Formats: sequence, C-alpha cells, structure tokens
Amino acid sequence: MYNGGKIIAGLIIFFALVTFPFYSNFGKTAAKVTPKLDTPVINQLEKKECVKSKDYMKAEHMKVLDEWRDEVVREGKRGKMIVGGLEIEKSLQNGCLKCHSNVKTFCDVCHTSAGVKPYCWDCHFIKEEGQI
Amino acid sequence: MSIDRRKFLKLAGLAGVGLGISTPDLLFKGSAAASSGHSKAMAKERLALVIDIRKFKTEEDYKRVIDACHSIHNVPTLIAEKNDPKNEVKWIWKDSYEHTFPDQQDEFHPEAIKEKGFLLLCNHCDNPPCVRVCPTKATFKREDGIVMQDPHRCIGCRFCMAGCPYGSRSFNYVDPKDYIEKTDPAYPRRTMGVVEKCTLCVERLAKGLGPACAEVSNGGIVFGNLSDPNSEVRKLLASNYAIRRKPSLGTLPSVFYIMGGEENAG
Repeated sequence: MYNGGKIIAGLIIFFALVTFPFYSNFGKTAAKVTPKLDTPVINQLEKKECVKSKDYMKAEHMKVLDEWRDEVVREGKRGKMIVGGLEIEKSLQNGCLKCHSNVKTFCDVCHTSAGVKPYCWDCHFIKEEGQI
Repeated sequence: MSIDRRKFLKLAGLAGVGLGISTPDLLFKGSAAASSGHSKAMAKERLALVIDIRKFKTEEDYKRVIDACHSIHNVPTLIAEKNDPKNEVKWIWKDSYEHTFPDQQDEFHPEAIKEKGFLLLCNHCDNPPCVRVCPTKATFKREDGIVMQDPHRCIGCRFCMAGCPYGSRSFNYVDPKDYIEKTDPAYPRRTMGVVEKCTLCVERLAKGLGPACAEVSNGGIVFGNLSDPNSEVRKLLASNYAIRRKPSLGTLPSVFYIMGGEENAG
C-alpha cells in the first residue's frame, strides 16, 4: 500500500471525528425539560385537566391541533369545550393559549430541546409581546 | 380470420357511437359538472351583502367600515404607503364608479353616482372562479355560500388572484407582521407568501354576530340569507333596483349595490 501510514492515520482521525457525538454523549442523560404549568388561569382551574390526557397531549398535541384546524377552518365546526370548569374554543390562540399563556416556558422549552421549529407562531402568536 | 385496417376503423367508430348513445352521462354530464362548481338549484343558505350606496355620504362613512374590518382581522394597512402598491393588502376598500362597474357604465347615468365611491370586497360568488383554479383547495366554498380561504393550505401560487375578476385577493409579498398597526390577539395574522381576502367574518358568524362591516355601517350594508324569501336582503332587493359587479362573467356575486338616483346619491 502506497502512503499506508498517512491513509490509516487519516482514517483514524476521520472516524474519531464522525463518532465524536456518540462517545462524547455516551452515558450522559439529556437535560430534562419540564414545561411549566404555573399560570394564573391554570392555578385557578377547578380540576387540573386538559382536553385529553397528559400523556396523549405530550405526544400527540400536534395532531389535536391539526384536527381542530381542519374542523374549524374547513368544516366550520367550532364546538366549545369545558375543560376544568373553563369554557374554551377549539383554537390555538383562543383556546390553548388561554391556559398556557406562558409560551416561552411551556411550548418553547420542549421545542427548543427537541430542535423543532413549528411555524404556528408565524400567524397565531405575537412572540415579541410575550403573552396574549 | 384476420381483420383489415378498414374493417377495424369501422368497428371502432361504431363502438364509439354506441358508447355515446348508451351512456351519455359518461361522456357529457361528468365534464359539465366538473367545469362548474355550482348547481342551478338554490342552496338552503346563501349568505349575501346588500350595499346601499345612498347611505354612504361622507368619507368618514367609508373609513369607519374599512377600519372596523381591517383592525379586527389584523390586515397590514401600511404596506401600500411604505412600499410598492402591489404590496397592498385589502379586504374591503373604496374605488371609483369606473373601476367598480366597468361594463355597466353609461354616459347618461346621474353625475352624483359617477362621482361616488363604492365599497368593494370579496363577492363570495355562487360560481367562484378562484375556487376552480386553486390547485390545493385552499380556497373553497362553504355550504352557506361563503368563499373561504385556508391559509394553512395556501402555497402562494396566486392562481386565485388571476382568476378573481374583482381584484378581491391580496398576496403577502412581505411579512405583514411589521405593518399591523395594532394586533388583535383574538384573530391570527398571516404569513409571507399566502393570499388573503374577506371571509365574511366567519369567526363572528359562528358567535351569532353579523359581519363587522355591516355592524358599523349604520344600515349602509345589510347582511342576510338570499335563499330565505323573508330575509332583510331579499326584501331590500325586491323593493330597490340593485346591481352586481361584472354580471356578464357569470360568477353570480353575492354582493349587491343599491344605486339610487340623483336625490339620494349626494
């Protein structure tokens, strides 16, 4: 093999770099992010509940929003719901954010940690102003 | 037995004619239904606006209506002033007699009407060309006749703007968020790259209210159901001479203009 030493050294450096994220994070647990539920509206709820169970909302809240969107915009079905004694609309802006007014500490913490950038906020929330 | 070319063509021709006679629906009816979105039969509900131009006397009368609509729907009103006129976003606006009724003008119409401004908005056509051309069905006609827009599905191709003969659609060439004077938190704004227009206040109708423009117009704009012969709009149309914009195009607008005469138009 011509230049064998250089090739092998190059390969070792290459694999060291490629696998860097794996061994540098090995054994460490990711920092746990907990969305805060501490808003004035939630604190006053008779019963601490959401439109669906906590686990379902954690994993599938985007599906709920997607279904609501189609029902409201396309089919005109704007049913109201009673959640924890509070009447809310099938709406991100006029529903979810009524309770979860702390977008930065409720929505953004997980989205940032998971590296997702939902474009809901382009239209549905005025981030600069903090709260609705 | 072999078949020569001449015999084959004869048989094929006969088969084609036979298919046409036995199942005319297959050949003709389907294409007719596909080309026109509306049916001749009157729908149970067809929401409409009647604009009585006699009630619009001062500049303030127009401005009040336009501001009411644009403020609750987060319409970026500053874009036209700050940049290019093509950037203007409008849901309801005022324009001249010539621009409103280009094919219904007459040299001998009352001067007062010729000089008048007219409020223009989406006509919520019964046969909406924008709905036919939308490739993603972002624009669609609801059962109550409202031509609705789903910005989530809009890809910004602007076919609907080319299809609409009334200029009722605006494209967000720039991000509108910096040009909204005061954002109403109860209504979403739009993003760059989508088309928007009047929705006949679907969000207010759902709450049992009427459109915002009708509410602040002091009777200048009347909202109602065209399919109900006892509705206020039908009574107004039965007792006044009203016209629609560009009727020759066959779009069947749901916005009517009561013109009135010299004595009323001033």
